Amino acid sequence: MDRRLSSRRLLAVVLLALVALLLAGTVFAQDDITDDDVNDVASDLYCPVCESTPLDVCATQACADWRELIRTQLSEGASKQDVLDYFARQYGEGVLANPPRRGVSLIVLWIIPILGIALAAMLFFRFMRGLHAPSADVVMSGGSPGDSPETAAVPEKPRPAPGTTSAELDDYISRVEDELGD
Amino acid sequence: MTESIQTTTTTPTSPVAADAPVEEGGKRKIRWTTVAIWLAIFGLLALLGWGLMNANATRPEVGSEAPDFTVEFFDGYEWQGLPSAELADMRGNPVVLNFWASWCVECRYETDALEQAWQKYKDQGVVFLGVAYSDVEPNSLEYMKDFGVTFPHAPDLGTDISQAYEITGVPETFFIDQNGTISYVQIGPLDELTLDSLIQRMLVQ
Repeated sequence: MDRRLSSRRLLAVVLLALVALLLAGTVFAQDDITDDDVNDVASDLYCPVCESTPLDVCATQACADWRELIRTQLSEGASKQDVLDYFARQYGEGVLANPPRRGVSLIVLWIIPILGIALAAMLFFRFMRGLHAPSADVVMSGGSPGDSPETAAVPEKPRPAPGTTSAELDDYISRVEDELGD
Repeated sequence: MTESIQTTTTTPTSPVAADAPVEEGGKRKIRWTTVAIWLAIFGLLALLGWGLMNANATRPEVGSEAPDFTVEFFDGYEWQGLPSAELADMRGNPVVLNFWASWCVECRYETDALEQAWQKYKDQGVVFLGVAYSDVEPNSLEYMKDFGVTFPHAPDLGTDISQAYEITGVPETFFIDQNGTISYVQIGPLDELTLDSLIQRMLVQ
């Protein structure tokens, strides 16, 4: 009985020691936050003072303070998303390089550009279609009334009516040239 | 014989007209693509106009009403012992609203003057409110401790206050009279003489 108790105690001590080792390892790992870890988060944030300067490359004191804050939060076990959420809450969503797709950000950064591109594509398509459509139809007499709609739809080359004399043919050619010239 | 050659030339027409074929009854057929394009154009213009209106939100100027806001004070730097307050709660008192930051070098030139003015005028009902802009809270607290600042201070959460006042940088100070009207805006550090004269001017109103 005593032997069983002592072995249980030993097992409990060993388990506790293992848990303590694991926790210590985790804490040790979190203390070892590198500049790359900090810059990985900082690259998704903008400097609060300079225009459009990512936090990871900004040299101002304000940015240095923010990077130090990131390091502190990471060392306390915060994830990258936790840090970004904190900064958005504390300093506004304007500091985020990738603002959430909702509200004004959704309209300005997504809906307007997509609508603009779609509209431009539609206008371009219509313009190109108008460019290729025939601008003038030349209706010639002498066509057979029994032409099928398919045949009638295809523009025919203008041709002189049967029995045209040489002078009339010349006159016809000059008029065709005039038409083409217009 | 020449009359046998007939030409019919169509002149270019507007896209709408070209795309609106005439039905037998003489009514134009509605082309939904055309309607969609025009709707999209008007929608885009409306969105752009709305965006421009927001972008050109006017900076509050002297003589205009000071935008209201809510602040959550730093621990130990509350106003009348309250953890949070609105500017409207301070109506009836002149307010010196100072934007600053611990990383701001020029702010250091005016902090002593602000504290001295606070000590001088706090019994006359003048409210001093420091707003830490884009600052890290421990640094703000350390700065205030280093300079021995005692007047109410709060962080600019979400930069809502600085956006409402459209500040151009720090330090920047708004003098708000008893009626909630902006009486003066100081861009850059303040000195004791300027502070004195501006506060006196608000007090005699």
